[in-house]
Amino acid sequence: MTMFGWTGKVLRVDLTNLSSSIEDLDRKAAEQYIGGLGLGAKYLYDEIDPTVEPFSPENKLLFVTGPLTGTGAPAGNRYVVVTKSPLTGAIANSTAAGEFGTNLKYAGFDMVILEGKASHPVYLFIDDDHISFGDAAFLWGKDTEETEHALIAATAPDAKVACIGPAGEKLVRFACVMNDMGRAAGRSGVGAVMGSKNLKAIAVRGTNGVKVADNERFYKAIEGVYAVLDDPYTEEFHQTGTPGVLELVHSYGVLPTKNFQFGTNPHYEQLTGEVLADTLSVRKRMGMGCPACPIACGRISRVKNPDFAGVGAGPEYETIGMFGSSCYTNDFEAVSKANFICNQMGMDTISTGSAIACAMEMFEAGVIPQADIGFALPFGDAKAMVRLAEMIAKREGFGDLLAEGAYRMSEHYGHIEYFMGVKKQEFPSYDGRGLQGMALGYATQPRGACHIRGELQDLDLYGQVGWRVTRDRGMDVVDPLSVDDKPDLAVATQDWFCMIDSCGVCNFVWFMGGDEDAMREFIEAATGIDMGGHEGFMQTGSRIFNMETLFNRRAGLTSVDDTLPERMLKTPMPDGPAKGQVCELDRMLLPYYGLRGWDEQGNISAQKAAELDLTESLPASLKAEAPAG
Amino acid sequence: MTKMISVNIEKCTGCGTCELMCSFRHHGEFNPRKARIRKTIFLHDELAVPVVCTQCEEAWCQSICPSGAISRTVLEESNAAVVQVDESRCLGCKMCQVACPFGNIAVGSSGHAEKCDLCDGDPQCVKFCPRGALRFIDSERSVVERQSKIAAQLAASYRGGA
Repeated sequence: MTMFGWTGKVLRVDLTNLSSSIEDLDRKAAEQYIGGLGLGAKYLYDEIDPTVEPFSPENKLLFVTGPLTGTGAPAGNRYVVVTKSPLTGAIANSTAAGEFGTNLKYAGFDMVILEGKASHPVYLFIDDDHISFGDAAFLWGKDTEETEHALIAATAPDAKVACIGPAGEKLVRFACVMNDMGRAAGRSGVGAVMGSKNLKAIAVRGTNGVKVADNERFYKAIEGVYAVLDDPYTEEFHQTGTPGVLELVHSYGVLPTKNFQFGTNPHYEQLTGEVLADTLSVRKRMGMGCPACPIACGRISRVKNPDFAGVGAGPEYETIGMFGSSCYTNDFEAVSKANFICNQMGMDTISTGSAIACAMEMFEAGVIPQADIGFALPFGDAKAMVRLAEMIAKREGFGDLLAEGAYRMSEHYGHIEYFMGVKKQEFPSYDGRGLQGMALGYATQPRGACHIRGELQDLDLYGQVGWRVTRDRGMDVVDPLSVDDKPDLAVATQDWFCMIDSCGVCNFVWFMGGDEDAMREFIEAATGIDMGGHEGFMQTGSRIFNMETLFNRRAGLTSVDDTLPERMLKTPMPDGPAKGQVCELDRMLLPYYGLRGWDEQGNISAQKAAELDLTESLPASLKAEAPAG
Repeated sequence: MTKMISVNIEKCTGCGTCELMCSFRHHGEFNPRKARIRKTIFLHDELAVPVVCTQCEEAWCQSICPSGAISRTVLEESNAAVVQVDESRCLGCKMCQVACPFGNIAVGSSGHAEKCDLCDGDPQCVKFCPRGALRFIDSERSVVERQSKIAAQLAASYRGGA
């Protein structure tokens, strides 16, 4: 059967036996879970026992594209890495841009499922439907850029590479997968799972095209979004990229400063997107673009100062927030150096920066003795920060403990109150005390503290008013400090973002313009399916969100894990515009569960499961409650 | 003067939308390998360079074609000259591919020579280029713009007194 949007094929790779097979995509699953985040969650849920040890061969690692990946849909280039996270013990799904994902699609695959564990380091080469394995001894130990160059030389000049760095090899619990010289599937330690399987890299070369079901309709959908994006905001985002938001975040008093002790930073002006665009950016005030992206928000930075010298992609806003403000270096050169190290070693910049900031606070509080670290680690010590980032990647000295993540490190010292995150994953660069929607989002995201799985901050910080999420509710800009409207908005925004991260596009296009209807148009025109209008579209998003949560419940996570650090819940913000605020989670969580159709323990009701066609997937304990017949 | 696709490298972000929309127009699928325009990214220089047929006044592909399948005509409506391939006469011998010093014509999956045909006067790469790196403009204007820019740089060096 010819499929459109999807290629209709799944590559299954057995790393234990170094063999592979090609199978048909489960068409029903594709229609119900679309691709990327959703389809990955469905396949992972069906194929592994969620209680498995993340580093065991029984865990699987999925690289999943969406029906829009590789098309001309704006920023239709994403792939998602789905697995059980070694950081959180929950489901992990990290998305990345670049030509690796589009080439997977051009090679003819919607998904690659990696199983088992190789006996020695290997790489996988997907050359259209010709699949081969190679000994990766010559790559082991190399950083991600060296690995990409070496593997391209060993395979094909037009191959695209996704790989791990030394951090993934050493099982740093927040190691990432890097591709295309600086794109990252960053969070939740997906790179460490790759390392645990002795898989250093995947090279892919695809020569086939992606066909869509209705060319004319698809073309019109592209024209539509291009028209919406033709405005000064897109131009601004192109010029300064994600770092451009730092000033705004600071103006709300929610810029993490000294490990979330404060929400404002007196030196924030040294860390703005404007400063970066005018100083370290190789091409001033101009971004580089991922495939098919009309915005092009990325940039390359170059630092000449010998203390922090380097060149590479980024830094992005979250990275600046962590290394610049939370670690309090207030220095773009140091931030960039830490960013280069993370990219080259293959580590999540958010968790790395956050873990170091956590250690800095514990050092200053006297909880971590200097002898344990080997040197002083006060806030603002840029050289110590950079040194520690390298030690984490190599698991050297104190870095070995920090490589376990801020939660396990603080637990080691008996002081988890210094850990700033959810489900053992570190917060990104927004303090939830001044953004109540964000606080609820942090607490309830299946993958732990996260800013891109339901961007509540888009509503209560960035003033996004273009989506049906608010339009259908007759709302305009959302008050960041309001509480009562957040459960409803959180459900809707999370479900909407499940769709964004499942179809294969970058969420920034939908952040800048384009709404739920435009995306449904793209998916329907690409695949030929009828999503059942807006209601069916959002129901699909809800099904995906619940599938992720079901995975977590079976993995042993409960409503107890849907919480925030004590500092967020009990310590009022001491400074700035959000002064006096705490996260009002107790007023939001149960109403949120209610709107989700969950009971007070966070378990989905039989009725809600039936509504979403999830009954078959329910664990036995929940199925038993289903009404007979 | 006639119009041409003018490339401004300084504005190219390397997004490759030109390739995708070109292949969609000519082959009904999204496939950069089938595009008649090709970008190359030089990441650490933060540069990307699209290359596309300039529609030569005296085209080498045309001179060498043994079957006379390649001709140069003016598209009246858009006032643009285009070197085009008559598929019915093309043998797929690839001599054009050998002759073009720029790699802008090749025998593709269709079995005959494929090259930029300016989409009958509405080049899709230009229409969707999101940052204005590609424009379909009078070739003289393209030259004058470049000269003016260089002139401005020269002037600045004098002003700076360096």
